[in-house]
Amino acid sequence: MSRPEHLAPPEIIYGGDEAKKYTANSRIAAIQAEMAGRALELLNLPEGFPGYILDIGCGSGLSGEVLEEAGHIWVGFDIAPAMLEVALEQEASGDLFLQDAGQGMAFRPGTFDGCISISVLQWLCNADKASHHPKQRLQRFFSTLYSSLRRGARAIFQFYPENDDQIQLIMGVAVRCGFEGGLVVDYPNSKKAKKFYLCLFAGQEVPGMQQQLPRGLGEEEMGEPQEGGVSYTSKKRTGRVSSNKRRPLKDKNWVLKKKEQARLKGEKTASDSRYTARKRRPQF
Amino acid sequence: MLQCHVKGCNANNFPLELQEVVLEEQEAELNEDFLRNMLGKLEYEALVATCLKLNIQDLPPTIPEDAAYNDDFLQKLHHALLETHVITGKMVCPNCQHTYVIRDGIPNMLLAEHEV
Repeated sequence: MSRPEHLAPPEIIYGGDEAKKYTANSRIAAIQAEMAGRALELLNLPEGFPGYILDIGCGSGLSGEVLEEAGHIWVGFDIAPAMLEVALEQEASGDLFLQDAGQGMAFRPGTFDGCISISVLQWLCNADKASHHPKQRLQRFFSTLYSSLRRGARAIFQFYPENDDQIQLIMGVAVRCGFEGGLVVDYPNSKKAKKFYLCLFAGQEVPGMQQQLPRGLGEEEMGEPQEGGVSYTSKKRTGRVSSNKRRPLKDKNWVLKKKEQARLKGEKTASDSRYTARKRRPQF
Repeated sequence: MLQCHVKGCNANNFPLELQEVVLEEQEAELNEDFLRNMLGKLEYEALVATCLKLNIQDLPPTIPEDAAYNDDFLQKLHHALLETHVITGKMVCPNCQHTYVIRDGIPNMLLAEHEV
């Protein structure tokens, strides 16, 4: 998997020709539109309700088109001026800003009904300048985002985490800034179709009512164990811990059993005592 | 909708003052549900003050009581919010005098490193 965020900062990667190529590429456009559609679905806005949506890292407005089709009014920002120029050429319907997500955003509190962001968060985890501290930038990003969202609004981030540590870092910062929610993984068993959506809730609309984290696609069979299925408990295995030492086959129980059998046959047998089947000392 | 986000600029940082603006009007479809939704979020006084500076004088100075169902008012609000676009100009923070330049309808909200 190629990781453009390791090569250069986003405003350079998506500068000039690359911005046009990116938008003209029908495969990228299709993937972006699909992810934006899924993010919109996860936003879970009421049907027929025209919301005011923030698109973080809107680029050339590929994901904005999806929002527009659904009847929402959107505002987008991106750090790459070239991408925004392409968006202008394409006559994107939303208002555009040139802004760095890591510097926080300057929107009034409670402005937006929701927020989507496609393939952006992993960029924030990189330090492209000496003055960049990923954790601080994430912190500033999430805290300003939290305040610019309406209470109970959702923020959906599709991103490509590099490893578990990155997920932990992002989730940790988001939770510290007041968000609730978690990670939704679509198609967890597929290598290519697997997509990570960070699904965050900015507070609760009705106090005390927890929002349900939506289920990822393609993980039906993985849910809670069904009735009759294998249930996992944390019960420890009872009995002796198996060791490498060989245990004697003919132990006391075996001797007692044999003696009992002999008695039943009427054979002359020594009576059981504490000396029965006791180990002999070596010098015997 | 925007406020200054320079570090330490917390009070009196709204609304950003528009200067040297070139306006453009683009027609947009009237969406009443959306406007009703936005009513609660607007700082109406700030909006009217900004509009007056831009020579849009049709908004009433106070929000009408039946705002949500006053078609005339919604039409005017729609015009101010969605059909008026600032193409070039500057936004100046009233507190710290930070200037955000608007080019081609895109405000440059980037901050220098010491302002983050």
